[in-house]
Amino acid sequence: MMTNTSQDDLNLRSQDAICVNESELARPWYFNLKYALVGVAFGVVFIKAQIVSWFRIQEMFRFESFHMYGIIGSAIAVGALSVFIIKRFNIRTIEGEQVVFHKKEFNKGQIIGGLMFGLGWAITGACPGPLFAQIGYGSTVTIVTLLSAILGTWVYGYIREKLPH
Amino acid sequence: MMSQPWPWYIAGPLIGLTVPALLLLGNKSFGISSSMRHICAACLPANVPFFNYDWKKELWNLFFVGGIFLGGLLAAQLLAAPTEIVVHEDLRNDLAKAGLNSYSSIMPQELFSWQQLTTLRGWIFIVFGGFLVGFGTRYAGGCTSGHAIMGLSTLQWPSLIATCCFMIGGLVMTHFILPFLLSL
Repeated sequence: MMTNTSQDDLNLRSQDAICVNESELARPWYFNLKYALVGVAFGVVFIKAQIVSWFRIQEMFRFESFHMYGIIGSAIAVGALSVFIIKRFNIRTIEGEQVVFHKKEFNKGQIIGGLMFGLGWAITGACPGPLFAQIGYGSTVTIVTLLSAILGTWVYGYIREKLPH
Repeated sequence: MMSQPWPWYIAGPLIGLTVPALLLLGNKSFGISSSMRHICAACLPANVPFFNYDWKKELWNLFFVGGIFLGGLLAAQLLAAPTEIVVHEDLRNDLAKAGLNSYSSIMPQELFSWQQLTTLRGWIFIVFGGFLVGFGTRYAGGCTSGHAIMGLSTLQWPSLIATCCFMIGGLVMTHFILPFLLSL
């Protein structure tokens, strides 16, 4: 581990990531179990609405079904409304912290990487979330897909400085 | 209800609620692909600057994806739909031409199984596809959850560009490349 200041560390963690938030509160590890519970609910919805199905993703890209568009569209609508309400009424977290939003900066990666992910999404029929749910569902071979995706992430990190951003 | 597939207007809003749930439980922005970066940082940082950070501070993300795995397990064991998956007739016909006829699982068994790893077609769908997902999401700085849902919910235009590129990549693959890959 390098000797980073905590601000350096946060800057590094925030690279190419949307979901990094620095809480001022230091909590024991089991405080993370609440996120596991959200994950469980999320995973159940993934399976029950067949979002993790290769067939549903194919139907989406072939414009043969409204199902996935309805799901993504209504999820964004509910998410945006929630964010609006949180901002408008300055709603705080259950621990009383102010909710922080991070501005996303544009870089070329969103285009090149986005296209690459799109190609992979249509092949595997899964984005990263569904990979975990598919393995839970019992598709053990998806472990290979996940390991390969982790390898892809690693290779990106390894050659990151040489790529256009 | 519990054993039938859920309609989009139930599932979509539930997924959208993940955004405020994570924000209000602990100031966490919804995102999933970062978990794979944290796994790299935890297991094989190898002096790559991109992976040398305090991954334990992002432990919540690993608990979250662990929960997704458990949720998949629970749904499959306790709430599974007994019927075959119903897909559009045109898709069914096109897949039949490529020798894909099994609808008993969420994925076509003729493509995604351990035996297929020994074939070129299976290798492309299982290994190469996964690599593109991992490399592409990190290069793009997020996936469907981070960009399409969290990013668009907070009205960030870079996320709109990323989401459009996800769709363009998927459309190009589905309409121009996949027919060839399936015929391998």
